[in-house]
Amino acid sequence: MPATSVAAAPPRAPHAALRVALAALRRTAALVALLVAISFGVFALFDAAPGSAVESLIAPGSSPSPEQIAAIERRFNLDEPFLERYVHWLGGALTFDFGESVRTRQPVSTAISERLPVTGLLIAMSAVIALAGGVLLGVIAAVRKGGKLDRALTIFAVAGVSTPAFASGLLLLYAFAVLTAVFPPGGAGEGLGDRLWHLVLPSIALGLSTLGFVMRLTRASMADALGQDYVTFARAKGLSRRTVIGRYALRNALVPVLTATSLILTYVLTSTVLVEVAFGIPGLGDLLVEAVRTRDVPVVQGVTLLMAAAVVAMNALMEVAYVVADPRTRGRGGRS
Amino acid sequence: MKRSTTPMSVRVALGFLVVVAILVVLGGLLAPHDPRAQDLNLVGAPPGDGHLLGTDNLGRDVLSRIIAGARPAVVGAALVAVGAVLVGTLLGTLAGFKRGRVDAVISRIVDVGIAVPAVLVAMVVAGVTGGGYAIAVAILIVLFAPYDVRFIRAATLEQRGRGYIEAARTLGRSDRAIIVRHLLPNLRPLVLTYALLDFAYALVALTSLSFLGVGSPPGSSDWGRMLGENLSLLTLNAAATLGPALMLILTATSINLVGDWIQDRFTDDGMARA
Repeated sequence: MPATSVAAAPPRAPHAALRVALAALRRTAALVALLVAISFGVFALFDAAPGSAVESLIAPGSSPSPEQIAAIERRFNLDEPFLERYVHWLGGALTFDFGESVRTRQPVSTAISERLPVTGLLIAMSAVIALAGGVLLGVIAAVRKGGKLDRALTIFAVAGVSTPAFASGLLLLYAFAVLTAVFPPGGAGEGLGDRLWHLVLPSIALGLSTLGFVMRLTRASMADALGQDYVTFARAKGLSRRTVIGRYALRNALVPVLTATSLILTYVLTSTVLVEVAFGIPGLGDLLVEAVRTRDVPVVQGVTLLMAAAVVAMNALMEVAYVVADPRTRGRGGRS
Repeated sequence: MKRSTTPMSVRVALGFLVVVAILVVLGGLLAPHDPRAQDLNLVGAPPGDGHLLGTDNLGRDVLSRIIAGARPAVVGAALVAVGAVLVGTLLGTLAGFKRGRVDAVISRIVDVGIAVPAVLVAMVVAGVTGGGYAIAVAILIVLFAPYDVRFIRAATLEQRGRGYIEAARTLGRSDRAIIVRHLLPNLRPLVLTYALLDFAYALVALTSLSFLGVGSPPGSSDWGRMLGENLSLLTLNAAATLGPALMLILTATSINLVGDWIQDRFTDDGMARA
């Protein structure tokens, strides 16, 4: 995806710090509004599910007595109008109370906290692979722009972004767990060492799906940076190639990559779900898919809201990081 | 700088897409077996014995299912691409051309749309409502369109200052006439590029949903569904999972390579920059 160009530098603001703070505040308000809108949509899932709200709250196949139905109606305030129920539910959600799973009777917050660590580790490992690999290959491609290596790397990147994480995961599983039993064929393992070992293939599959994206971004912005006057000047000064590329060009080339991080995160969240199912890892994504398949609405709501909050928080962080990293945007409230 | 020759990779990609297109059109006619015929004595059989790629979890011929699976995998994706690009072109040209309040409103909606993980939303809504494939396609159109709106708006802004638009204005043409008669023809190659990119992403998204079991209906020979159903056959008959996986990867990669190539050519010509 082409990077958005940044407009010419505005005159320097007298109270840059204050303006940054104000812009941040305004954006935070917008993000909170977005989060409220999302939570409303998530809550509406209750009523979107086929059958009455009560039906979506009883275990599928069971036939509850009238007393049980009345209890459920009281528990979830089903006799109240939609908006009042939403406010009740939101109040609970703010304290991580999403009710309990219809299927297992386990509190949703417990289910989430049990599964969060595996998913967190998986995403962290894949992020290292995607960022380190993507930036490195992107720089190599930009330096060798137009050459054979660049063309090969570009095709590799296109294949990377075109391949859903479950498909690359299956290819990896076949090559390294079936043909050669180097890695375990799935699951999450016990204990830290074993777990890291189990997560190698999944994190590569997950990392590959974003590596291509990071690489293309880095290549484009790096090629752009290498053509700038300050790079020519640094070279003319006699600085080594390594210094010019690493210290001068790369620092500027990384700004678009930084901006894209939130876009990348939304993509990673989706891919995590696919990878966890393909490798049979009991993480958040697996929990979500299982809940969707069994119409376990409270679990779906809890996980969805958590993921939405993660995306929104990441967006907010990135906007701050962008303003800090690129002085030209200060006082203009982020991207134009 | 215009490239005089088409790169090898693009030629290979185009060739592969022609093959896929033939599979989509002819589908089952080319299959050696009935893709739905089950042989429960022959579950997960490795290649051989009249089944070139072996059989799947219900003893169905894998090769036939891969061939028949091209249509369900591709048609929904094409719908998403056409729908998203139509919405994107309409709102993008409107926002870029009118500017002002129209632009502000459209751009805010676009910002929100881009922050939403499309496939996850489609999975949750399609799964919980039981709406299945049609709902998934509709949601993907809505959530893919913002990217197109953003790119086409940027291209429109860039074209807006050009002489031919000024000239049309001076002649007293209405906004609508300028957009339809003058602006759109100049945006055509870009719109085509975005349609192709949407197509590739929609293919990946819809097969992902089918893989998770919420996209195409059970029994369909959609590539994603084949992958999900035959996950456990990796040791018995790997072709049942690797076959559809490779078809999916090669098709999506080919579409993206062709899309990138079209975009490169026209960007190099100074046509429009996104």
